[in-house]
Amino acid sequence: MLEPFEFGFMQRAMIAATLVGGVTAAVGVFVILRRLAYIGHGLAHSIFGGAVVSFTIGFNFFIGASLWGAFSVFLINQAARRRQIGGDAAIGIITTAAFAIGIAVISRARSFTRDFEAALFGEILGITNQDLYVTTGMIVLIALVLFLLWKPLVFITFDHDVATSYGIPVRWVEAVFSLALAATVVAALQVLGVTLIAAALVIPPVVARMMTDSFPRLFLIAVVLGALTGFLGVYISWFVDVSSGATVVLVQAAVFVLTLGWGVIESRRGLSAARRAERLAGLERSLND
Amino acid sequence: MASVPIGELVRLDGVALGYDGEVALRDVNVRISPGELIGIVGPSGCGKTTLLRSLLGETEVYAGDASVADNTKVGYVPQVETVDWNFPITVEQVAMLGSWRTRRWLPWTSRDERSRARVVLSQLGIADLADRPIRALSGGQQQRTFLARALIRSPDLLLLDEPTSGVDIKTRHEILHQLAALNHAGVTVVLTTHDLNGVASHLPRLIALGEQTVLADGPPEEVLQPPILERAYGQPMLVVQSGHETYVLPVPEEAPGAHEEPLVPPHVVNVIGRPDADDA
Repeated sequence: MLEPFEFGFMQRAMIAATLVGGVTAAVGVFVILRRLAYIGHGLAHSIFGGAVVSFTIGFNFFIGASLWGAFSVFLINQAARRRQIGGDAAIGIITTAAFAIGIAVISRARSFTRDFEAALFGEILGITNQDLYVTTGMIVLIALVLFLLWKPLVFITFDHDVATSYGIPVRWVEAVFSLALAATVVAALQVLGVTLIAAALVIPPVVARMMTDSFPRLFLIAVVLGALTGFLGVYISWFVDVSSGATVVLVQAAVFVLTLGWGVIESRRGLSAARRAERLAGLERSLND
Repeated sequence: MASVPIGELVRLDGVALGYDGEVALRDVNVRISPGELIGIVGPSGCGKTTLLRSLLGETEVYAGDASVADNTKVGYVPQVETVDWNFPITVEQVAMLGSWRTRRWLPWTSRDERSRARVVLSQLGIADLADRPIRALSGGQQQRTFLARALIRSPDLLLLDEPTSGVDIKTRHEILHQLAALNHAGVTVVLTTHDLNGVASHLPRLIALGEQTVLADGPPEEVLQPPILERAYGQPMLVVQSGHETYVLPVPEEAPGAHEEPLVPPHVVNVIGRPDADDA
């Protein structure tokens, strides 16, 4: 049972997956409540383009991908402000175009196909100490942004149209949040890969949402669940010999299915209890009559 | 932006305003003094919300001078339709959103903030609902929760967009009673309403909008007049009085002479400016 802990690469992988699982869930809480799941999915693809271009020109992956992500967010925001385009269409156009740039660059230089398979599907077991430090630094920064912008973010998420009336700089807060989202995707790229990031952003918060009606509790449950499933996914992948990123998402999906099933059983129980109470009340009425 | 003279809270002089370069209202001349209770009336799409939001500084001003007195604390209660009802938040948490500027860089609220929220919720009679999710409340309770969010800032000027929309008669009465109490306590209240009979006719001052401008401004007996209402709503209106109550009714579109009997018995009410009576 303790075998995975004996290897340095597994230790790094489990630490990275725990941290990334927690932070993607934390950012994901605002993503799902603001119905931005599509932007998370799109940004992951867009940042893939940035990663490819950075690699090709020999630029630092984290900085290059982050700048690319930030630029994509800026373009999405600008395009979405035009009435004729709309937010979802802007995300679709810009992130797909950025992804296509990455594919085009790969097709011109086939020599690093393997590295970009890692970007697409994640390669958590290849994480070095330096990667871990950089990822941890990014996560601390993202957590700090969420901490400082908590109140305005909650207000905007709940009642967007009125936030400005209460003195909240909505555009500024949204821009900073979008950058934090882009940074989250970059931090998660090596752990989960482009194709799986959206799941990690969405599943833990959705599961938490099904469990509670309190926002602080929802946030806490989502972060703990994200971190725990991140750790468990990598740990289990050692024994089942399946890709670590995929295992993390499958563990999260299993938790989602279990929670959904439990919810259905609970609501049926509640329904039948209500019916029983109704029947008893009816019986009591007829006895009294 | 011009300054507001002492003794005035809001001054709009010859203002044209709107959004995205499109003028919604023009030639608006409105002055509001501290302690007033005002209703903005008019048909859907006439610019009621735009005029209200201009007092928040959220519209574009294309002409004239629009100003609110310095250091005026403004509370805003929107139409409840703007809210995301799927958001998991309790009544107390909604109320405390209004004081987000207090210790703004910290995610948690202080004991003082919580006790202030409880006081406001008690004033509005919903303290026992503090821990309930907002989406589980009735329309009137939700409206009072948003009122609490505005009141937690101790506003000088309270703006409400359709505060009685979608609530029953009893709740409407309670909300109006609470607004009147706040007004007596010194808060200037400006609200929009489409309810001429249940709300507008009970307010001391009305501003009627129509034809992209202010058609009338004054007490209900001056504003609720058939010619003004016909211009605002684009159809003939009947205004009847029963004691201190004023009722506005649309004149049914029928063949002339179809109704020989008056709609309301004449011994009960005074009919003001009934269109067919003028023709006779």
